[in-house]
Amino acid sequence: MTITPDLISQHQLTGEEYGKIVQILGREPSYTELGIFSVMWSEHCSYKSSRLHLKKLPTRGKLVVQGPGENAGIVDIGGGYVIAFKIESHNHPSFIEPFQGAATGVGGILRDIFTMGARPVAVLDSLRFGRIDDPKTGARNRRILSGVVAGIAHYGNCFGVPTVGGECLFEPCYDGNPLVNVFALGVCKKEDVFYAKAAGVGNPVIYVGARTGRDGIHGASMASAEFTEESKQKRPNVQVGDPFMEKLLLEACLEAMATGAIVGIQDMGAAGLTCSTCEMGSRGEVGIEIELDRVPQRETGMTPYEIMLSESQERMLLVADKGREAEVFRVFKKWGLEAAGIGEVTGDGKLRVRHHGQVVAEIPNRELADEAPLYHRPYTQSRSTGSLAAGPSHVAPGVQAALPQLLSAPDICSKRCIWEQYDFQVRTNTLTRPEQTDAAIVRIKETGVSVAMSLDGNGRYCYLSPREGAQLAVAECCRNLSTCGAEPVAATNCLNFGNPERPEIMAQLVEAIEGMSGACRFFDTPITGGNVSLYNETLGEGIYPTPVIGIVGLMKTAAPVTIPFKNPGRSVVLLGGPGTCEEARFGGTQYAKEILKQLWGLPPALDLDREKRVQSAIREIVAEGLAESAHDLSDGGLAVALAECSFGPTEIGAQIDLVSDLRPEVLAFHEAPSRVLISTANPIKVAAIAEKYGVESPVVGITIEKEIEIRQRSVTLGTWEIATLKVDWERAMAT
Amino acid sequence: MRFGVIVFPGSNCDHDAFYAVGNNLGQPVEYIWHDSETLGNADAIILPGGFAYGDYLRCGAIAKFSPVMQAVRRFAADGGLVLGICNGFQILVEAGLLPGALIRNRGLKFICRELRLRAATRNSPFTLAAQTDRILRMPIAHGEGCYFADERTLDQLEDEDRIAYRYIDNPNGSLRGIAGVLNRERNVMGMMPHPERATEPLMGSSDGLVVFHSMLMAHAPAPAAVRA
Repeated sequence: MTITPDLISQHQLTGEEYGKIVQILGREPSYTELGIFSVMWSEHCSYKSSRLHLKKLPTRGKLVVQGPGENAGIVDIGGGYVIAFKIESHNHPSFIEPFQGAATGVGGILRDIFTMGARPVAVLDSLRFGRIDDPKTGARNRRILSGVVAGIAHYGNCFGVPTVGGECLFEPCYDGNPLVNVFALGVCKKEDVFYAKAAGVGNPVIYVGARTGRDGIHGASMASAEFTEESKQKRPNVQVGDPFMEKLLLEACLEAMATGAIVGIQDMGAAGLTCSTCEMGSRGEVGIEIELDRVPQRETGMTPYEIMLSESQERMLLVADKGREAEVFRVFKKWGLEAAGIGEVTGDGKLRVRHHGQVVAEIPNRELADEAPLYHRPYTQSRSTGSLAAGPSHVAPGVQAALPQLLSAPDICSKRCIWEQYDFQVRTNTLTRPEQTDAAIVRIKETGVSVAMSLDGNGRYCYLSPREGAQLAVAECCRNLSTCGAEPVAATNCLNFGNPERPEIMAQLVEAIEGMSGACRFFDTPITGGNVSLYNETLGEGIYPTPVIGIVGLMKTAAPVTIPFKNPGRSVVLLGGPGTCEEARFGGTQYAKEILKQLWGLPPALDLDREKRVQSAIREIVAEGLAESAHDLSDGGLAVALAECSFGPTEIGAQIDLVSDLRPEVLAFHEAPSRVLISTANPIKVAAIAEKYGVESPVVGITIEKEIEIRQRSVTLGTWEIATLKVDWERAMAT
Repeated sequence: MRFGVIVFPGSNCDHDAFYAVGNNLGQPVEYIWHDSETLGNADAIILPGGFAYGDYLRCGAIAKFSPVMQAVRRFAADGGLVLGICNGFQILVEAGLLPGALIRNRGLKFICRELRLRAATRNSPFTLAAQTDRILRMPIAHGEGCYFADERTLDQLEDEDRIAYRYIDNPNGSLRGIAGVLNRERNVMGMMPHPERATEPLMGSSDGLVVFHSMLMAHAPAPAAVRA
């Protein structure tokens, strides 16, 4: 096939990029080679728009064994064990086909984990949808939501990994662009970590797992473009997941790794066989030669182009020690999996692809995998918000009426109908159920250490200020862990943005990365890997900038302190105090969104140093066993947190009285960070610890049965019966 | 008492059953691979939860043809104790070792939830240690756990005292609130709730131990040699 300018642009390559391809090859590429370059140099695989800025992120730390560049980051948890974890997006496929898009998203990230030799032990998901209560788009958004949730459940439940937590928020900007970010974490012995690196000239290259079909061709490129009317026709680009096959792959790969006959291994995810061969070759600085006739195929008559670009799921590529292939094949046979030697490692640094013996592609691995053109895309300033700092004039609905309304808002209400569809307990390591603690906690049976995990991202905050919003997400994520008593140690990020070719979107990306970078440095939680998802736009309408951060923390295995109040008559302490909030800082709150239907100003003000001191204090309070319950303040502020603390099985609430000059609705609902609500039988010891860290810890009230009451300087702002509030909170999404 | 945990390629609660019996019950336990034609010297067999062969067709529909199930049939016919949990229950039903069927949950969705149940009889090796008036807390995690049988079978099960466990809050529409049933000889029991997930305080409940303690008690006075 002749390469025409049309064909080049169909492959989403620019003329300049094509020129570079010709320069690398020293000739015109073949059609197959053009396809190979187009997927490897797609935004999805090459990070060409973000890579220059991603370099700003901190990636090293004393516990980090492996940072970005591998299939997952690795962190030492002591006792001879490590954890492998990463977050990845599957946004585009999930919009086109919610169930399979989300299911294969789970499949992809799980393979990234067990490719490293680690058995996946936890999954969390961060989801964004259009509003489900919108009269026009609500029904469709609900359908996407239920498809995505069922897809995640289908895959994770069958595979046997517990889905232990996550977050789910709703905004009109996600109408045409839902976000499905999935985090997975696995564990293995430190010496059992595997890398996706080929080595040893003459070693066999082995293909394992599902057969290759025509599904998912150009998935990576699809994920690198905006949605248009024609996108619906891209449904065949979405793959179909087979979690049973994945489960077989997991067990077989771990068993094969244990034989000692495997040199390197990588899953075939985006860009399939192309990506796994050239990346493994590039990392090992070797060449790889394969014969496509030997690739197990599901369909007949597939062209080299199709075989190389297929994104059929549940496939792995590995390099074994020459002479020990039989041991590897024996393991895969035991698990009923197809495995085939398809080529070998060579010394010339090239990816050489043969079909019926003829060379159909010959490209240097390093240039293909690591030298995609990098773009320093122009950026302006993100949207200036100064002019809106004053906020709209409004008659503020009172605290009494607003609380039930906020509790039944989609962002805040109970997500039980989502997480109950996930088997969050399999492997019997899950120490809390969702919504019982601020972070998910999974024990590592082998070591006596537990891992706490949380995902956070707030598109509204980031829309108002990408830099501050990203910092707030990191702060909240760490706070979620600290509130459970865990020490944050490392992070992974998923950057969801619009079209980077637009300078104002690029500005959002740059500012968010810089904000995240600063906060991660400050909290000493290096980013060990992650994912960038750009072009989240439909018909020119971009999403809010939505950087999602996932942070893991470590703690001693023990029954965790949970959110609900346990006993009446306990002191309620507001660690960090009632806080303060200027009018401009109130515009990103849930109160502004749900009650005033407005968005203005800036996100809540964050003082990193203060945040860190509050977190140190709460960790010590929890470690000393002084907190009977603990819950950090976030969406909906103090009043919502207080209500959530009251929704335990025994319906213990609280009567609190606040000393503050803020307007009542600001006092009750502002979202200033660095605050934790605890109940304790020992407020004096709590105060002593707080004082040590220079943190306010006023006793704001006392726990009581059946009711919540909020007062300001003895004036009642609202009283509520817990049973009624709980119904609002529990039923909002279920119906 | 030696336990054997059957491992189908898609079992995913096999580790949990192994851990519960080995660690929390302190009994010897080993895995038995699905293509094995013998069960070694196990005194009791556990069919664990999971998705035996993917279960894309019907839960347990393929598993009943596996070599190990022939061995389980013989073991059961000889009076050996067989406990099927979740997918294990589905397999026992498909294999004809227990009556009835497990169909999709009433709400058509997978449900993972801790709930309350009661032993409906003490007259079985799986309920011996239970008190029928005591509420037990155990989790469920299934999409197809609605117990179904025709009226005559249900009447018969009640007449013969073969309902082992009943839900207090029926989560899935199971007829007559059935959570677990026994075969006529009372040595095979299947249940949808996961007792192995409730065997130590850190799991949130230890009530599932009742099932395993019952098996130990039933085994103690009648060693394997006598039974054979």
